[in-house]
Amino acid sequence: MYRYDEFDAAVVRDRVAQFREQVARRLDGSLTEEEFTPLRLMNGLYLQLHAYMLRIAVPYGTLNSRQLRQLAMIADRWDRGYGHFTTRQNLQLNWPKLADVPDILDALAEVEMHCIQTSGNCIRNVTADHFAGVAADEIEDPRPTAELIRQWSTLHPEFSFLPRKFKIAVTGAARDRAAVAVHDIGLRIVRNEAGEVGYRVLVGGGLGRTPMIGKVIRDFLPRTELLAFLEAIMRVYNLEGRRDNKYKARIKILVHEIGTDAFIARVEEEYAKLDGPGVNADPAEVARIAAYFAPPAYETLPAVSQGFEAAKARDPDFARFAATNLFPHKIPGYTAITVSVKPIGAPPGDASSDQMRALADLAERYSADELRITHVQNVVLPHVKLDDVHALWSALVEAGLETPNAGLITDIIACPGMDYCALATARSIPIAQAIATRFADAERQALIGELGIKISGCINACGHHHVGVIGILGLDKAGVENYQITLGGDPGEQAALGQRLGPGIDAEAVPEAIERIVDTYLEIRSGADEAFIDTVRRVGLDPFRPALQPRESILEAA
Amino acid sequence: MKLLDRHGWTTSDLVPVPIEALGDGVAVLLPNTTHAADLLPLQDRLQLVAIDFPKFSDGRGFSIARALRAQGYEGRLRATGALIPDQFAFALQVGFDEIEITDEQAARQPLGQWLQALTAIHDSYQNGEDGNASILTRRRYAAEAAA
Repeated sequence: MYRYDEFDAAVVRDRVAQFREQVARRLDGSLTEEEFTPLRLMNGLYLQLHAYMLRIAVPYGTLNSRQLRQLAMIADRWDRGYGHFTTRQNLQLNWPKLADVPDILDALAEVEMHCIQTSGNCIRNVTADHFAGVAADEIEDPRPTAELIRQWSTLHPEFSFLPRKFKIAVTGAARDRAAVAVHDIGLRIVRNEAGEVGYRVLVGGGLGRTPMIGKVIRDFLPRTELLAFLEAIMRVYNLEGRRDNKYKARIKILVHEIGTDAFIARVEEEYAKLDGPGVNADPAEVARIAAYFAPPAYETLPAVSQGFEAAKARDPDFARFAATNLFPHKIPGYTAITVSVKPIGAPPGDASSDQMRALADLAERYSADELRITHVQNVVLPHVKLDDVHALWSALVEAGLETPNAGLITDIIACPGMDYCALATARSIPIAQAIATRFADAERQALIGELGIKISGCINACGHHHVGVIGILGLDKAGVENYQITLGGDPGEQAALGQRLGPGIDAEAVPEAIERIVDTYLEIRSGADEAFIDTVRRVGLDPFRPALQPRESILEAA
Repeated sequence: MKLLDRHGWTTSDLVPVPIEALGDGVAVLLPNTTHAADLLPLQDRLQLVAIDFPKFSDGRGFSIARALRAQGYEGRLRATGALIPDQFAFALQVGFDEIEITDEQAARQPLGQWLQALTAIHDSYQNGEDGNASILTRRRYAAEAAA
């Protein structure tokens, strides 16, 4: 993984000192609250419902054990002994004190971490496929590109006061696990007919109040031109993005209002005027960054591990875990393991400091010292020998991290909701807990198969409900929580927004409705190999609509 | 109003006026909705372009400055309005020479804070109009020197 050189380290240290000094200027009145707010946001510090929240950047979700141990230490020393993994591959602390924040930032800098641009109207932490460097369907590891963008976008003099926040995601694989089509800019690493590697550039995707799928504005951008082309997009957005209405300020609205063709013309016009060589990274610098992401020294192993097969045959619990939480590794004899941070009935994505330390130990021992945070709020150990999986699983059992539900119906994405968030109009976490409890039976989950439920507690859609196969949106209807259910959302390469199934329902009715939707699916699917999303694509929403009606009315109708 | 550049308080005899009132004047005041390209026919005779920042959080002026420099404007470039010290370095990087602030602001945020903010972040990942080479560029120099 990437290691800071003296320049990277100096920038992060300078930023910590700058923030310390900004806090002092706020306290002595030099900065007004209005002036200080964007400065603290650009350093990841939010004011939430009950307390401050500090969002720590985990660039493209990659961490080493030393960093995770430091996060555990920070959670113990300055917070309440746990952290929350987010849908943008970051880690949030929910209870830091303002006065402690500079010290927390110092402790992060010690392990090459920071909170730079995890919030605010600037280019946010860049996300990438959590199976980068592992997946067999990969053209190229997206992380060198993401790291290059991280550096280019850090404290960018022109783009730190944008109309609104700006999110970039990169994938290098055929299967899009980074949801690039619902980002402000999505980059897909592709190969052209000549065999050269470059980028397909999507702009204007996003969720929130006005969900939109990104539009392709360049089919193939040569890799050497990346930063200048991004700069052209950003300049058009910075100059022409709406600033009159916060809810219409994202780039998706600009693209939508002027039209994709006009937007492309504007970007190309700016791009033609830009000093490309002055902006683009030198190929030698790109190669320097890429070298840090060289694969670990793999052993030559047989594709089948006798020990692994024997353990599965011997232990049904282990076999279940192996069936759900393993991802095929491109190197024979290796696998990538998803550790679910979503035990049944717990808040999705919360990890205790003990669990963080346990994961750090396991990464060090079994996974080339590397971990990934996924945008579905889990943790991946990316380079595990099949021979070691049983030993690793046994350690997960001890740490309470063995939940065999990766990608299954209880692997739910939920925003913090009204329990923590000042914007929320309804609770999310208790809904997730209630659904997970109802589907707790592991055998039943396996029978249902891959099914991502995503829950947001308000229309800002932090829980990505628009792209949930089943999406749940919590609203406030005359003082009562009311939940809208959508079906058919997909964040991947066939990106689609979910469609509303019918009128909203009460909180208590949600688990029952989900159960009936799932029962309908089990009844009508063409076979066990037809995933929920494929059934919805085949039959549409109509067969699922009765699931929203109260049971009595169904009985009456029958 | 007070004017400052990278060295401290400064003064100027040029009084920028809106483009409608420019006549054959040499100092123009532009709103931040201006298209830089519209200035092309004028820019060679202008000595001062001032760009208004109605709110410090409205960053359009940074892009206009960069675009003006990119299209060859070589006169003085002034940011005028609601900037804060933490934007001073950004302003110089995108091509501004000076910042004009209100007396109220100068009293609340004295010169020392502006000059200190300039040096808060020593290196930048972006090449600047102020002549400072980016970290990426400096890495290349270092590699070439080592080779």
